[in-house]
Amino acid sequence: MRTLVLAEHHEGRLAAGTAHVVAAARAIGGEVDVLIAGENVAGVAEAAARLDGVSRVRVADNAAYAHQLAEPLADLLVQLAEDYSQVLAAASTDGKNVLPRVAALKDVSQISEILSVESADTFKRPIYAGNAIATVQSSDSLKVITVRTTAFDAVGESGTATIEALAFVADSDLSRFIGEELAHNERPELSGARVVISGGRGMGNGDNFKLLNGIADKLGAAVGASRAAVDAGYVPNDMQVGQTGKIVAPDLYIAVGISGAIQHLAGMKDSKVIVAINKDDDAPIFQVADYGLVGDLFEILPELEQKL
Amino acid sequence: MKVLVAVKRVIDYNVKIRVKPDHSDVDLTNVKMAMNPFCEIAVEEAVRLKEKGVATEIVAVTVGPKAAQEQLRTALALGADRAIHVETDAHVESLAVAKLLKGVVDEERPDLVILGKQAIDTDNNQTGQMLAALTGMGQGTFASEIAFGDGVEEGQVRVTREIDGGLQSIALKLPAVVTTDLRLNEPRYAKLPDIMKAKKKPLETTTPEALGVAVTGGLTLLKVETPAERKGGVKVGSVDELVDKLKNEAKVL
Ligand SMILES: Cc1cc2nc3c(=O)[nH]c(=O)nc-3n(C[C@H](O)[C@H](O)[C@H](O)COP(=O)(O)OP(=O)(O)OC[C@H]3O[C@@H](n4cnc5c(N)ncnc54)[C@H](O)[C@@H]3O)c2cc1C
Ligand SMILES: Nc1ncnc2c1ncn2[C@@H]1O[C@H](COP(=O)(O)O)[C@@H](O)[C@H]1O
Repeated sequence: MRTLVLAEHHEGRLAAGTAHVVAAARAIGGEVDVLIAGENVAGVAEAAARLDGVSRVRVADNAAYAHQLAEPLADLLVQLAEDYSQVLAAASTDGKNVLPRVAALKDVSQISEILSVESADTFKRPIYAGNAIATVQSSDSLKVITVRTTAFDAVGESGTATIEALAFVADSDLSRFIGEELAHNERPELSGARVVISGGRGMGNGDNFKLLNGIADKLGAAVGASRAAVDAGYVPNDMQVGQTGKIVAPDLYIAVGISGAIQHLAGMKDSKVIVAINKDDDAPIFQVADYGLVGDLFEILPELEQKL
Repeated sequence: MKVLVAVKRVIDYNVKIRVKPDHSDVDLTNVKMAMNPFCEIAVEEAVRLKEKGVATEIVAVTVGPKAAQEQLRTALALGADRAIHVETDAHVESLAVAKLLKGVVDEERPDLVILGKQAIDTDNNQTGQMLAALTGMGQGTFASEIAFGDGVEEGQVRVTREIDGGLQSIALKLPAVVTTDLRLNEPRYAKLPDIMKAKKKPLETTTPEALGVAVTGGLTLLKVETPAERKGGVKVGSVDELVDKLKNEAKVL
């Protein structure tokens, strides 16, 4: 039994999520290989080779994979899949984009966003915005799975896997990369951060998010948002936490001016400690908060920043 | 240009779900059902493309039980021209839905297929990608903008995608599959006269057998559980008390 993990990387760096996906692969058992597909990815391959439990890092270094477009990447994975009983990737936008395509091309089901490995063919996954947990068993000979990275502890980095180059697999003319607008900031990534502070519609406008930034700087936190705050244009889409945004599970989650809709809770209720700041005493967010503070965020946030 | 839109009947997004006492599944008896929110966005986008003169015909399709015709009627009221119901009472996995939709695509030959990015019941986020694979089309998932002309060649569509790092823009050869994200548009509500008119729009019914697709899949649902309930904690009276609790009780600062 062998598992292929599709690594994720951005701008020459291995994404933190990959070490969590390798952990899921190890929970399944058998040998674990990692695939790095991209352009100029030698450094990424070296980082992946250090992940504990990885036997081989297979590298497809070609411009065709530079932007992780689903069509060429799926063709590559389909060809490699012959050697594997599982193909895994993070349940990130990259993983969700390509793995279902691979599954369909191999005529097998895809299992989305697993939370645990019960046995080599049985997995738990959230359904209905995490309000129910399904246990599913797969009878497919190839299992194509995306992994909720926050549900698996990252493997260590003392490994010494071998690195091998792969022959090029055909390009695809179905899609073409035009450009991207990526958020750049000094803060930790949302899905891996130890502390997350998120703002909702209650923030009133985008400028007011600087009230959160000050606190985030002091705590080394990532800054997130509710859908309402993103829809209103306060902050960009990559900050949305929730059922259809990012899933976070930090040690500390601070929800500010967020009511606590189930779609938002779906993205953060596995946080260890939840703090809610809201002026509405009855806001549903207080039902999941360990510590609730009722009051006006515009008074509370400056005081909190000062007292930290 | 012909646009095919796939819509799914799901539990209304406001409903709090219950797990059946025997843990076999979620209990859907007497629960309010609705069109999947991402499918509403898909229908709205198709209607806007028609209003702009880009689309000439909109065909809505669903796979599901008889009752799913309600969602097709909603799509018709919102502006779809006709509807196709692939009727089945079976539990149909995303791969089988994608195969059924491929059957419809082969007959209808649309230039663009729009699906939701995710059904809010299974939270699968698979069907569009699978349909693209099966039909050999390119895919633009998690779209926040769909544009024609505007910097891309004739016969292509430009899709802006919501990705984890921000936004990505790609060009796809037509025909193509696009799946919708939340920011693509804000769906309108159906007006009463349109709801009345929708009753007279054509709705054709077919079956998995007629499309030659077996709806069995590789997955078995063994059990459905309610997740561990999170206990509400305490309300603190001041910022000082909050900081103190976080430092000394929760020990997260
Ligand atoms: C298909 C679908 C997918 C969705 N996916 C997501 C998702 O991934 N993530 C997500 O977050 N949502 C998602 N939603 C939206 C979700 O249902 C809610 O609409 C959204 O989470 C509400 O955001 P909010 O709490 O910021 O706004 P509101 O519900 O408007 O709450 C604002 C809160 O701010 C408080 N407030 C206002 N002013 C102040 C002040 N001065 N001081 C203190 N408190 C104040 C108010 O008391 C209120 O509780 C989704 C919805 C659908 C239909
Ligand atoms: N039974 C169905 N009938 C029609 N469309 C569907 C069905 N299931 C899924 N889809 C489409 O695929 C999208 C994504 O669903 P899923 O991959 O199941 O999360 C939905 O938003 C629909 O557009």
